[in-house]
Amino acid sequence: MAIQDYIRQRFFPHLWCPGCGHGIILNNLLHAVDELGLAKNDIVVTSGIGCSARISGYVDFHTLHTLHGRALAFATGVKLSRPELTLIVPMGDGDALAIGGNHFIHAARRNIDITAIVMNNRIYGMTGGQFSPLSGPGILATTAPYRTIDPNFDVVELARAAGATFVARSTTYHALETIDLLKRAISHKGFAVVEILTQCPTYYGRKNKEGEAAEMIERYKHITAKIGSKALEENPALIPRGVFVEVGRPEYCEAYEEVIVRARQEVAA
Amino acid sequence: MAKRRLRELVIRREWCKGCGICVALCPKQVLELDGEDKSVPARPEDCICCRMCELRCPDLAITVLTDEEEGDGA
Repeated sequence: MAIQDYIRQRFFPHLWCPGCGHGIILNNLLHAVDELGLAKNDIVVTSGIGCSARISGYVDFHTLHTLHGRALAFATGVKLSRPELTLIVPMGDGDALAIGGNHFIHAARRNIDITAIVMNNRIYGMTGGQFSPLSGPGILATTAPYRTIDPNFDVVELARAAGATFVARSTTYHALETIDLLKRAISHKGFAVVEILTQCPTYYGRKNKEGEAAEMIERYKHITAKIGSKALEENPALIPRGVFVEVGRPEYCEAYEEVIVRARQEVAA
Repeated sequence: MAKRRLRELVIRREWCKGCGICVALCPKQVLELDGEDKSVPARPEDCICCRMCELRCPDLAITVLTDEEEGDGA
């Protein structure tokens, strides 16, 4: 199918700003779903609040546009009651790791079979350009006119430490890699995290003099490198891309199913 | 693998917001922004069908339609 068959075309053109990377993530996600051959009725997308969260309105799957930071909590409920469905949870950096920080680490700890996508543009766009826990030190934001002093989370390390069993990173520049990583994340049995660096030309880019959308996206080519590449070896300051964690561990819904079976046996006995 | 040849570069004008990502990142400078800041295929004959414009379009406005070319380019 064409990727346009997976969206609610009546809401297009979408409301994201010109050049917003979130549209590229939507684009790549639809390609991943198409290449996996998943049926629209078997997918549930839950989202929280923010520019990123608008994505659930655009995809023609089962969708829940929920509370700020709580997309993973809603997804957990859906997955536990209907484990046969594929759960995909796109979140912004603030939504996932500030407001929803606890839901994020506990979903990872449980290893519930959900794909979490962290659309990291390092800023709260919808509310006017406040800095987020992923902004990092030294950037300009509406709430940091003299630059930020807060260190940022490393999403990969946080997800790994919390127990996620698939952890990867890509950027909006690296569309083919993103599609491949999303396919692997969605196919993975367990909690999968894919961080995608994405440009916010309107707030982050303008404030931090990173240029127009095209310059911002091209920048990802120069500030990142593939895991295991010579470029990364020579310059460890580059942000690594690729798969960081891919391990097997008991999945939450399957473990819960065993509890149900055990409980029924005890009641019957 | 059979070589792909461009059939048509379809751009939905009403969805394009003129961000210029496709224009700037096309390896063959096939695309341009017109007077209304909409992306148009100015040099489709140079297209190598890499589909990067389609995959990087934030507005889902671009589709690269291709034909499979026969082995000897017939």
